[in-house]
Amino acid sequence: MAFVQNFPFMSIILSLFSGPISSVLSGKKAKWLNMAVITVIGCMSGAVLAYVLGTGESYVYTMGHFSAPWGNEIRVGVLEAAMALFFCVIMLLSMLGGARERLLEIEESKQNLYYIMVNLLLCSLLALIYTNDLFTAYVFVEINTISACGLIMIRQNGRTIEAATRYMIMSLLGSGLLLLGICFLYDLTGHLLMSNIKEQVALLHQSGEYHIPLLVSVGLMSVGLAIKSALYPFHTWLPDAYGYSTLSSAAILSSLVSKGYIFLLVKIFYRVIGFDIVRDSKVVNVLFVFGLAGMILGSVSAIREGNIRRMIAFSSVAQIGYIYMGFGLGTVSGMIASIYHVVSHAATKSLLFVSASGITDVSGDSTDFFDLTGAGYRNKLAGVAFTVGSLAMVGFPMFSGFISKLLFAQAAVESVNKMLPTLIALAISTILNAVYFMKTVIRLYTPEKKAALEKKNFHSIKMWDQPSKSIALICFIALNILLGLSSDPVVSLIRSGLKMFT
Amino acid sequence: MNLANLLHNYEEAVAMILFGIGFSNLLLQKNLIKKIIGFNIMDTSMYLFLALKGFVEGRKAPIVVDGVQSVEAYINPIPSGLVLTGIVVSVSVSALMLSLTIRLYQRYHTLDLDEISTQLKKEGL
Repeated sequence: MAFVQNFPFMSIILSLFSGPISSVLSGKKAKWLNMAVITVIGCMSGAVLAYVLGTGESYVYTMGHFSAPWGNEIRVGVLEAAMALFFCVIMLLSMLGGARERLLEIEESKQNLYYIMVNLLLCSLLALIYTNDLFTAYVFVEINTISACGLIMIRQNGRTIEAATRYMIMSLLGSGLLLLGICFLYDLTGHLLMSNIKEQVALLHQSGEYHIPLLVSVGLMSVGLAIKSALYPFHTWLPDAYGYSTLSSAAILSSLVSKGYIFLLVKIFYRVIGFDIVRDSKVVNVLFVFGLAGMILGSVSAIREGNIRRMIAFSSVAQIGYIYMGFGLGTVSGMIASIYHVVSHAATKSLLFVSASGITDVSGDSTDFFDLTGAGYRNKLAGVAFTVGSLAMVGFPMFSGFISKLLFAQAAVESVNKMLPTLIALAISTILNAVYFMKTVIRLYTPEKKAALEKKNFHSIKMWDQPSKSIALICFIALNILLGLSSDPVVSLIRSGLKMFT
Repeated sequence: MNLANLLHNYEEAVAMILFGIGFSNLLLQKNLIKKIIGFNIMDTSMYLFLALKGFVEGRKAPIVVDGVQSVEAYINPIPSGLVLTGIVVSVSVSALMLSLTIRLYQRYHTLDLDEISTQLKKEGL
């Protein structure tokens, strides 16, 4: 066994143990430990990705050397390693971008607690990505929820505590359904390892036995994870949670936490049930309808919102709708488009949150739409970054959002029945996106009168006044343009990763 | 036929009814404490379901005491292990929910989530 093969296990353990270690460190040291851990795990994931690409096949890592039906396993393929690497990059940049806000908004004595939460969140995300065992996945889903709740409520005010409570309630409903689905599946198949379950499910499907319990189980798991990742009618907790928590929390929650659940759902579809059976079960059609509703109604809510951070949060609802719409198409190309959108949305949404905070910094910390007039001149880099993010969300060529919309449209053409609704919803949603994002960008570049500026006591920020945020913004912009201009390697990576899933 | 199946598996049916009760309480109750109780009912019904699925009539708990090592003598231990894991998860989540409830009560002197939302809107935060 090559030494590199240990890296996925090591990265989970490393992030798990750095949490408790952070609890005895001071805030500053905990911050550096956290940065170091994320960087090291990112490098290790890169090495694993290179290794898996080199061998061209996935491998299974048995925990504690108990063999297949009894032991716990980690499974590593191209898609898993790539996702782990990508999540580390986004998390590092989000932590970098929100460093100043964390110092201002979190109490001195609670600084190190924040890093415990971030480390545990990273650990649970990695475990969700790599695990080959359904019950382990459930346990880490709960760890993910608890640490995300901590990230929301670490900034203490009434809004965040209420948002955290609502988030917990919705998440508990979702994980209850997920657990029920997993228990059903365990009873039907007698296994907990994904590959073993898949063999048994294929046999059951062939013989036609237990057709309805199988269907119920697939439905429960899909709905549970859809609730947890804030698909449209279950999104009520989302705007408050993203809008009032501290900056790095908002960026991490919107771009990583919900994506972890979505990735688990992809794994369940491909590795546990088998994609053909899922498609035949028509569960995807339900996801399709709710995805379409989310794409349009999420954008409508965003247009009606006057607070810029809540507006970006509502835009997340619409983007999650896109992802589920891609699942709902029930084709491989729809799946590829969805996974590409997971990547592009994560890169864009964290960029938008960080740049929005740069904009509100020069507007007297007001998130109100009309106070932002001319903010693009007062903080040039944040203005440019927000414009890039907006254009990417709208789907302007050259940026990442364009490619994902293109992939969605191409996937839609392949499936006859769903082509028309998909294309119509894509068109409407794009126009609505353009309405609220372009409205904001125009507001940012409308010059404000000098007298009004002096009256409100707004000041300008130069690029190097907040170095860590500027570095994060520049990296995010570069990442976005990179994803937009050279999408082919990413798409082929996703395609080969999905092939390895089966 | 179906009714006979239902009567034969009445324990599972009870578990599912309890799940429904817990789920709807967690979703629909306004009072936070009642919500937490609902959540606990929901999780406990899952343990009942798992325990039932692991149980085999006439066999003993999987602990070797009198030297009998045959597999035939014991029930399936894996569901019991899953129940233990589930208990750990639900205890920690309940503790977190209760602490959030205490925080909210100290601030707003009510347990009603809608009432808290209206007070928040008045604060205009």
